Amino acid sequence: MKRITIDPVTRLEGHGKIEIFLNDKGEVANSYFQIPELRGFEKFTEGRLAEDMPQITQRICGVCPEAHHLAATKTLDDLFHVDAPSAAKKLRELFYSSFYVTDHTTHFYILGGPDFVMGPDAPVAERNILGVIAKVGMELAGAVLKTRKQNHHIIQMLGGRAVHPVFGLPGGVSKGLNEEERKEVEQIARESVAFAQLSLKVFDDIVLKNKAYVDMVVSDAFTHRTYYMGLVDEKNKVNFYDGKVRVVDPEGKEFVKFAPREYLNHVAEHVEPWTYIKMPFLKGIGWKGFADGKDSGVFRVAPLARLNAADGMATPLAQEAYEKMYATLGGKPVHHTLAMHWARLVELLYAAERLLELSRDPEITSPTIRTIPTATPDEGVGIVEAPRGTLFHHYITDEKGVIKKANLIVATVNNAAAINMSVKKAAMNLIKPGKEITEGLLNRVEMAWRPYDPCFGCATHALSGRSPAPVYVYDSQGKLVKSLG
Amino acid sequence: MSFEPKIVGILCNWCSYAGADLAGISRKKFAPNVRVVRVMCSGRVEPAFVLKALQSGADGVLVLGCHPGDCHYAEGNYKAARRMPLLKKMLAQMGVEDERVRLEWVSASEGDRFASIVNEMTEKIRQLGPFNHNGGGANG
Amino acid sequence: MAKLKVALYWAASCGGCEIGQLQIGEKILKLVEVADIVFWPVAIDVKYKDVEAMPSKSIDVCLFNGGIRNSEQEHIAKMLREKSKVMIAYGACAYGGGIPGLANLFNKQTIFDRVYLETPSTLNNDHTVPQPKTKVPEGELNIPEFYDSVKTLRQTIDVDYVIPGCPPEERTTWLALEALISGKLPPKGTVITHNAKAVCDDCSRKRDVKKVKKFYRTFEMIPEPEICLLEQGLLCAGITTRGGCGAPCPQANMPCTGCYGPVAGVIDQGAHFLSAVASVIDSNNPEEVRKIIDDIRDPVGTFYRYSLPDSLLGRARIK
Ligand code: SF4
Ligand code: SF4
Ligand code: SF4
Ligand code: FES
Repeated sequence: MKRITIDPVTRLEGHGKIEIFLNDKGEVANSYFQIPELRGFEKFTEGRLAEDMPQITQRICGVCPEAHHLAATKTLDDLFHVDAPSAAKKLRELFYSSFYVTDHTTHFYILGGPDFVMGPDAPVAERNILGVIAKVGMELAGAVLKTRKQNHHIIQMLGGRAVHPVFGLPGGVSKGLNEEERKEVEQIARESVAFAQLSLKVFDDIVLKNKAYVDMVVSDAFTHRTYYMGLVDEKNKVNFYDGKVRVVDPEGKEFVKFAPREYLNHVAEHVEPWTYIKMPFLKGIGWKGFADGKDSGVFRVAPLARLNAADGMATPLAQEAYEKMYATLGGKPVHHTLAMHWARLVELLYAAERLLELSRDPEITSPTIRTIPTATPDEGVGIVEAPRGTLFHHYITDEKGVIKKANLIVATVNNAAAINMSVKKAAMNLIKPGKEITEGLLNRVEMAWRPYDPCFGCATHALSGRSPAPVYVYDSQGKLVKSLG
Repeated sequence: MSFEPKIVGILCNWCSYAGADLAGISRKKFAPNVRVVRVMCSGRVEPAFVLKALQSGADGVLVLGCHPGDCHYAEGNYKAARRMPLLKKMLAQMGVEDERVRLEWVSASEGDRFASIVNEMTEKIRQLGPFNHNGGGANG
Repeated sequence: MAKLKVALYWAASCGGCEIGQLQIGEKILKLVEVADIVFWPVAIDVKYKDVEAMPSKSIDVCLFNGGIRNSEQEHIAKMLREKSKVMIAYGACAYGGGIPGLANLFNKQTIFDRVYLETPSTLNNDHTVPQPKTKVPEGELNIPEFYDSVKTLRQTIDVDYVIPGCPPEERTTWLALEALISGKLPPKGTVITHNAKAVCDDCSRKRDVKKVKKFYRTFEMIPEPEICLLEQGLLCAGITTRGGCGAPCPQANMPCTGCYGPVAGVIDQGAHFLSAVASVIDSNNPEEVRKIIDDIRDPVGTFYRYSLPDSLLGRARIK
C-alpha cells in the first residue's frame, strides 16, 4: 500500500495532516485527515467563573475569538436569565459584523484565495499572500489591508482589544459607542460595502471568466451532496448573531429548525481513534460513516451551508449577489465545495451592509448597555454562526455561577467528517495510476479542504498543535512515496 | 519504611522564634521535623515563600507570628491573616490538603504551645503522606 | 546586509498570536524588505521536511507561540531551537503556558474522559478514545502523544527572549522586530515591552490606596469610569502585571487579567497577584476576612489565568 502524507496542511489555522493510501494498482484506497492536537477546554473550564467564559473560551481560537466571545456572552444571558438592553445586542452585532468583514477578507485573500488567484499549479513560493499582492496589484492589496485594519479598529474600539476582546458580559457589554465613534464606524462601513462589491468583481474576473476554474468548481472531485446547517432569523434569512438553527436536506428542503436549548436533540458527535477531533452528525439520522447523501447524518456548515440553509440574505445587495450565485450554479442547494469561496464573498457583502445599517441605527449610541443580572444562574446555551460554521456553547453552573460542566461544539468541528470526505474524493479523482504525483496535484487535494476554512484552532480546542497540514502518500508496501510537508 | 515529614517553619523573629527557642531550652518534647526559617515578621511571608517551600520538597509549611495586637510592626500579622486564608483556598484547588499549610500565633512565652503545634502538625502530615509535588510541567 | 531569516511557529496555540502578527499591517511590508520569512505555517506553504533540511543555526530568529501540550510540539520546538540563532517565546502561552495551561488543574485521563466520553453530545458506546497509533485497514495512523501537563517553552528548550501578551499588542511586537532589524538586541532573557513597570503605570484610572470591604464579580456592578477598578472591588491584575500593553482592558471597563505576565523580578505571577489582592482587604477581623475572601471563587483561574504551568507548583496534584 502506498501512502501519501501532507503534513502540516498549510494555510489553515491549526494543525492538520493528510494521509493518503494507494493500493497495488496505484489507486487511492483511502485517505485520512487527522487533527493531531487537543487542548481540553471542555474540562479545564470546570471551576472557572461563568463570567470569565467569554475571555477564556475565545482562546480556543484566536482567528475567531469574537465568535467564541459572543457565543459565550449569549450563553451567559441565558444562564443568568437576563435580557441585555437592545442597544447592547445591537452593539454586539455591530462588532460581530465588523469581525465578519475582516475574517472573510482574510480568508479569501490570504488563506483560501491564493489557490484561485494564483492558480493551483503556481510555484509554491508564489501561492501565498505575497503572490496575491503581486498579481492583483498594489491597489487592491492596499484595500485588503485597509479593510482589515479599519474593521479591526472597530473591533478594538468596542471590544477593548483587537484580538481577544473583553467587552462581553451577561446582560450586556462593558463599553458603548459615542457619536464621534459612530461616525467613524459609518464611514468604515461604507468603504467596506464598496470593498465587498469589488471583491465579488475580482472573483468574477479571475474565477468566473476562467473556464478552467469554473470547470474545476463544478467538477465531481469537489462535490458532495450533504445536509446543510445555519442560523436563520424569523424570516429564514442568514443571520450570524442570533436566531434558530435550520438544517436542510440534500434537496434543499427543511429537515429541522431548532432553538439553541434543543441542540442536544439534534446534534451528536462521533469519536474516531486516529484523530483528536470529533465528528458531529445529525442525531435524527445517525452516524453512518464518512458518506454523503440523504441517509448519512453528515452535515456541513460555514458560508455555503448557511446560504443553502437559508431562504436569502437580509440586505439588498447581498441578496442580489446570492441570487446571482444560485442562478449561475444551477439553483439551490449548491453542493460544490469550492463554491464556498463565492458564498463567503456574498456573506462579506452582507456583513458590510449590516454594519452600515447598524451604524445608522439611532439606538446605537445609547448609554443603556447593561442589565445587572439578579436571578440565580443555572444553565445556558448560546449559539452564533462563526465564519467557519455553527458554534454551540453550553454551560451548567452552581448557584454562584461557577462552571460545573461545559460542552462546546465548535464551528470547524462540524465540518470534520465532510472535510475527510472531501479530501478522499479529491484524492481519488486526482491521483491516478501512472500519473505523476506533483506538488500542484497535492495542492489540489489540499484545495478540497481549504474552502471550509478549517480553523483547527477551533477544532483542536480539545487537542492539537498547530501546523500546516502535511500530505503523505504511501504505497501498498507502506513506503512513503511522496510527501508534501 | 516510615515516612518522616519535612516541615518548613517560617517564624517571626520577635514572638514565635523566641517561643520555639523556649521550647528548646526547656527541653519540651517536640518532633524534630521542622526546619526553621527566621523572618522579621509574619507579614513578610510572601505566598511565594510557601509555594517555594512546597516546590523544594517540603511536606508542610508552618507560618508562625505574634498574637493579634502584639506584632512589632503593628499590622504584620494581620496582613498574614489576610493572605494565608486566600492562599489556602488557592492551594485547595491545586490539590494541596488543608493541613499541610498552617498559620498560628505563638508568643515568646508559649514554648508549650509551639511544641504541641509542631507535634500535631507532624502527626497530621505523617498520616497524609509525602507531598510528592509533581508540577513544573512534568510529562507523562 | 543579508536579509534576516525569520521563522514563525505555533504549538499549542489558538492562532491569535498569528493574527496579532498580521496586525502589524503595512509594517509587514517593511518587514519583508529586510527579512525573509522561511517558515510560517499559517500563511506560507513550507512543510516540516523543508525545515528539517535547513542547516543548523540557519534561521536568524524564530518567533515561537503556543505552549507545549504534546510530543509533536516538543519535537518541533527542539528542532527549531537547533535551526535558530535566536529563539523568542512569543505570547502568553509560550511564556507562561497561557489560558490552555489551566488544563494543568487536570490531567490527560480526566480531560479525555470529559471530551470523548462524558460530554452530553458525544455518542460513543464503544468508548473510543484517540490513540497515538491506530491500525486501519490500509496501514497504521499516528498522532502525537498528549501529555499530562502543559509546559512552557522555557521548560522545553533554551529561550533567548520573551514577547509577552495574549496576544502581544502590535506595539510590543513591533518594538521587538525593530530591535531585531537594527541588530540592537537587549541582554539575553529580556522580556521585551515598552514598560517594565506595572500595567497600572499605563492606566489612566485614579488610584488612591483605598481598601475594600467587598470584592465584586464583573457582572455584579457597573464601575465608575475614572477610578481604579481594584479599588472598586474588581480583581484587576494591573498592579502585578508587566506594563507595555497600554492598559486596554481597564479602558474598556474590564479588569486586567494579567496577560503580559508578572512585573520584573517576580517569579510566580499568581502568588504575587494573590498577595496584592489580600493587601487591599479592609479588615483585621478573621471572620470578616473569611467572608470577603468567600467572594473570590476561583483563585487559581483568576490569579494564574495565563501562567499556571510557569508557577512554582506548575500543576495541581491529581489523586
Ligand atoms: S498567547 Fe494568547 S493569542 Fe497567543 S496563542 Fe496563546 S492564547 Fe492565543
Ligand atoms: S489596578 Fe487596574 S484599574 Fe487600577 S490602576 Fe491598575 S490597571 Fe488601572
Ligand atoms: S490590560 Fe492586562 S489583560 Fe489587558 S492587555 Fe494589558 S496585560 Fe493583558
Ligand atoms: S513581628 Fe511577629 S508577626 Fe509581626
